[in-house]
Amino acid sequence: MTASILTVDDSSSLRMAIRIALNGAGYDVSEAVDGLDGLNKAKAAKFDMIIADLNMPNMNGLEMIREIRKLPIQLGTPIIFLTTESDEAMKQEARAAGATGWLVKPFVPDQLLRIAAKVLGR
Amino acid sequence: MSAQDPIAAFRVEAGELLGDIEQALLDLSHDLTSHDLVDSVFRGLHTLKGSGAMFGFDALAGFTHHCETAFDRVRKGQVPATEELVTVILSAMDHMQALVDGDGAGLEAVGDEILGRLHQAIGAADASVAVEPTAASVAAPLSAPAASGWRITFRLPTDCMTNGTNPLMLLDELRSLGDAKVTAQTDQIPSLDELDASQCHLGWQVELRGDASRADIEDVFIFVMDDMTLDIVPIEADDADETQAEAAPTTALAADTGSVASTQATPAAIEPGTGDAARNAKVAPAKAQESVRVPAERLDVLMDRVGELVIVQSRLAQLSNQGVRGPAGELALRSVAEDIERLASELRDTMMVLRMVPVASLFGRFRRLVHDLARETGKTIELSTHGETTEVDKTVIERLADPMVHLIRNACDHGLETPEERVAAGKPEAGHVTLSAHQAGGEVLITIRDDGRGINRERVRAKAEAQGLIEPGAQISDSELLQMIFHPGFSTAAQVTNLSGRGVGMDVVKRTIESLRGTIDITSNPGDGSTVVLRIPLTLAIIEGLLVRVGEGCYVIPLAVVEECIELSLEEDMRSRGRSFITLRDRLVPFIRLREMFATGTKPDPHQKIVVITTGGERVGLVVDQIIGSHQTVIKSMSPLHRDVATFAGATILGDGSVALILDAVQLVAFGQEQEERLRAAG
Repeated sequence: MTASILTVDDSSSLRMAIRIALNGAGYDVSEAVDGLDGLNKAKAAKFDMIIADLNMPNMNGLEMIREIRKLPIQLGTPIIFLTTESDEAMKQEARAAGATGWLVKPFVPDQLLRIAAKVLGR
Repeated sequence: MSAQDPIAAFRVEAGELLGDIEQALLDLSHDLTSHDLVDSVFRGLHTLKGSGAMFGFDALAGFTHHCETAFDRVRKGQVPATEELVTVILSAMDHMQALVDGDGAGLEAVGDEILGRLHQAIGAADASVAVEPTAASVAAPLSAPAASGWRITFRLPTDCMTNGTNPLMLLDELRSLGDAKVTAQTDQIPSLDELDASQCHLGWQVELRGDASRADIEDVFIFVMDDMTLDIVPIEADDADETQAEAAPTTALAADTGSVASTQATPAAIEPGTGDAARNAKVAPAKAQESVRVPAERLDVLMDRVGELVIVQSRLAQLSNQGVRGPAGELALRSVAEDIERLASELRDTMMVLRMVPVASLFGRFRRLVHDLARETGKTIELSTHGETTEVDKTVIERLADPMVHLIRNACDHGLETPEERVAAGKPEAGHVTLSAHQAGGEVLITIRDDGRGINRERVRAKAEAQGLIEPGAQISDSELLQMIFHPGFSTAAQVTNLSGRGVGMDVVKRTIESLRGTIDITSNPGDGSTVVLRIPLTLAIIEGLLVRVGEGCYVIPLAVVEECIELSLEEDMRSRGRSFITLRDRLVPFIRLREMFATGTKPDPHQKIVVITTGGERVGLVVDQIIGSHQTVIKSMSPLHRDVATFAGATILGDGSVALILDAVQLVAFGQEQEERLRAAG
C-alpha cells in the first residue's frame, strides 16, 4: 500500500517541492496550509507520516504537534518537523511536544526521501 | 494551477510574502508596541529566508537572515521596534524583491548599505550578524570505517512509540548496515496487568558485523539519541559466539521482522537529485508566470456549467443522429439551441468572474506609497480605503496601478497642504486621502479623494492661456477648465518637486484609463479638496462592438467610442477628395478612408458611411463601406508577429468563423490628428 504523507507548511512552494519529491518516490501526498488546517486534516484521516513546518500562522507547528498527539487516530504517526533553527532549544521543544524527528532547511529531495524511508521503513 | 515548478511558485509566493510583510510593517509603524505585528513580520521574514534557501536564492536568504535576526531581537524584547527600523526594513523589502526577481548580481552594495542602516537602527554593535551556515544537513559525516563489528546495546524512551518512533524500523536500519544479530532484553517488561501496550519496555542488543562506522550507527538513532541509552562498543573477535548462544531463546521475538530488512531499498537509489538541479538551472532566468488565485467554489460553479454543457452536447449528438423530423424535431432542436445559448452566456459570466481579483491587492500597495510620501513631504497623511472587496479583472488591476500612483502622488503633493497651512485654515493637522471602490453595473468606480486645498482655477486658467489652450478671457465651464489639466505638458505646480509636477502625468493617466476603455472625471472645491473618479469596465475580455465592413473584410469598432454614424454622400465624397474633412454641426472633423488605409483595392460602396469616434475630446471619422450592426465581441489578442501593428487592438471571431480585426480607437484618432496637422502645415 502506498504510504500517505501529510505536509503542513504555509509556504506553497515548499509544499510543492516536498510533494514533487515524495510523489516521485511513489508516496501519496496531502497538503495543509497552516497548523489549524493540518490539525483538521489529521483529525479527518490517518496518515503514515506528517511533515510539518514549525513557523506557521493560525496555529504554529509546536501547538499542532501537541494537538495531533492527542488524537487517537494518529497514535504513533511519525511527525517530522522542518526547522531552519540550528538552535537546540527549538528542537527540544518540538520533541517534547511529541515530534518524531526533524529535517533542517534547506534540504535536498534526497535528504527528505531518506527521512521518509527511515521513519516509514519502506 | 498545477504548474510543477517550485521555483516559479516560490517567486509568486515571495511576492505575496513581501506584500504581507510590508502591510504588517506599515501597520506596525502606527502601533509600534504590537506583538502580533512583530510576530507576523518575523514569521514572514523567516519563511522567506527558509524557502529562499530551499530554492537556491542564497543571496536572498543571506540578506533576509539579517533582517530576521533584527526582528527576532525585537520579538524577544531585546530592542524596541522603532519608526527607523520599520523604514529600514521597508527599503530592505525592495532589495529582497530585486533579489527574488534576479540573481542579485551587482546589488551587493545596495544590500550592504541597507544592512549598515539596519545595524544602526537596532543599535546593534553587538548584533551577531554572521550568516549561519545554510548547508546544515541531517546526515552525519562519515568517519573512519570500523574494524570487525559493533555490539550495540540500546533502550528507547518508553513513550517513543506514541511519538512515532518504531523500534522495528531502527532494527531494520541496523540490519541494512550489515549482518546483525538482534537480542531483545525483556527484563523490564512489567506484569501483564500493569502493561501499557503503547509503551516500549524492551531493550535490545545488536551485534553488527560489517564495515559500518560508529557514525553510521549513531545516524540510525539520530532522532532519539538524546533520550535513549545507547552503548556502542567494538566487538572482540572471540566473544561473539558466546552472546549468540545466550541470545538463542529470545531471537525468535524479533525474527519476524527479518524479511523486511532484505526488501528495504537503499534511499540513495530512489531518486537522484541531479534531475532537479538541471531543471532549476534552466528555469531560473525565466520570468515568473502570471497566475491568478481562484477560490475553489468558483471553479465548482464552472464545473457545474461544463457538466451541463456536456449533457446538452449529448442531446445535440442524439438529435443529429436521428435527424430533425417534423415539428417535434424542430422543437427539440430549438430547445437545445436555447440551452446552449444560456450555457454559453453563463459560462462567459462565470469565466469572467474567475479573472476577478479584489481591489484590495491594488489599494494595499498604496499604503506604502503614502507612508513614503508623508516622509518625503513632511506632511501628516492618513490614508483610508473603502470597498476593497470590489472585484476587477486582474489585467485591469495591473494597468490601473501606475495611473493611481500618479493620482495619489498628486493628491499628497499638490492637494494636501502642510500641517501649518492646514491648522491656519482651520482644518485638522493630518491630511486625509481616501480611496474607495464600488461596482455600478458593468463598471467599477474608483474614487481618489483628498481634503486638501483643491485645484486653483486661476492658476489653471493662467497656464491654459499661456499655453494657448484657451483664448484669454474666454468663457468656459468649470468642468472644461478642470479638463485642461489632462493636456500634455500641463502642470500648475509652481515648483517641480521630486514627486510630481514634471508635467508628464495627467495626460498619461488619462490615456491609460482610456486604453482601459474607462473615463476619468475630476471635481474640486477650493479649500475642500479634490475628487478624481475613475470609471473602469469590469473586464477587457468582452466588449460591445460595432461591426462594419470595409472592402471585403469585417472590422469591429468598440461601441463605447462611437459617437454617431452618418452617411457620406457621393457629392461630399468627391468634394472632400484630398482634404478629408467634413463639417459636422459647424465643426470640422478629419476623417480617414479605411478602404485606402487598408489598401483593399475595392470599389467604394455607393452609400459609404462615416463612423465618428471620439477619445479624449478629439473626434475622427472613419469611412466604411457598410455598417453591419452591434456585436458582442470577445477580444482575442493578436499573435506576437502582429502585435506591433498599431491600428488594431485585437481580433475576434464572427459567427461564420471568419476573423474580424478590432480597431484601436486611440491610435486612429491620433492618426487623424496627425493628418489634420499635416494638412494645416501644408496650408
